[in-house]
Amino acid sequence: MSPLTVAVMPIGLVFGAVAATKGLSSLEIVLMSALVFAGGSQFVALDIWTHPASWAALGFSALLVNIRHLLMSASIGTKTPAFSGPSRYAAMLLLADEIWAMAEVRAGETRLTPAWYAGLAVPFYLVWIMAGLAGSLAGAFLGDPKALGLDFAFPAVFIVLVMGFWKGRETGAVLAASAAAAVLAHQFLPGVWYIAAGAAAGVVAALFTGERQEACA
Amino acid sequence: MTVDPHTLLAIVAMAFATVLTRLGGLVLIRFMTIGPKQKQALEAIPPAVLMAVIAPTALATGPAETIAALATALVATRLPLLAAVAAGVIVVAVARVFG
Repeated sequence: MSPLTVAVMPIGLVFGAVAATKGLSSLEIVLMSALVFAGGSQFVALDIWTHPASWAALGFSALLVNIRHLLMSASIGTKTPAFSGPSRYAAMLLLADEIWAMAEVRAGETRLTPAWYAGLAVPFYLVWIMAGLAGSLAGAFLGDPKALGLDFAFPAVFIVLVMGFWKGRETGAVLAASAAAAVLAHQFLPGVWYIAAGAAAGVVAALFTGERQEACA
Repeated sequence: MTVDPHTLLAIVAMAFATVLTRLGGLVLIRFMTIGPKQKQALEAIPPAVLMAVIAPTALATGPAETIAALATALVATRLPLLAAVAAGVIVVAVARVFG
């Protein structure tokens, strides 16, 4: 089991526990984790959950939160020559943030194979569903996840992963632009636009620093 | 163990939206040629998206989160992923007690 799969357990537990307090049944929680399999959008959904649930609002918020997957699958899609057509599409269905980030790091080091990808993604997927179920059953006993610091497990994983992308000063420019845009957008725009803003600012910074390097050369 | 029809419909809508974004990238690159410029932009996406996801938590939530983010990053330079995540979780919990 990869460290990533262990790290997703507390997040799954917290998701299940919070979902139970919102009045979702254990079966509904398992269904959401299995069919959506995108933690960020699942937490956002709980935030805006109504009774009865509004499929339009929840579907649209999932689209917004997960629009980054479009860029992520485009990026990793160029690094899967070892995959057959169908297996490439199947792999994308399990493209959670953590899976994608690990796959990007891996693709930078060696050739990405379907076996390696499945070995990472399938246990991660199953543990995510099981942890959500366990959380929904144990919800009442878990206590406040914030007091235990468990809500920080997700950002902590991302911090470690982002450091894996460091390639020098150009990366610094991308990260600084993304962080600044994301924090600003987070303060002034509702919902999850900050992720799109940070991504766009980072890409613009990359193109700008790339241009300057060409000019100097 | 019940499933409310409205809830089921909402879950299916969320799943549909997510599948659309996950497969959309593959469709996109079939119709786009990847030159050096596009490659540069694509390579910047991973760190930029990750940074955008964590920046509000790490920089604009409070001192506990900022300190824990720094601790996570520092530990990550020396130790594997799980140790760095554990350090971040412990630091944020302790810092919130004192914060």
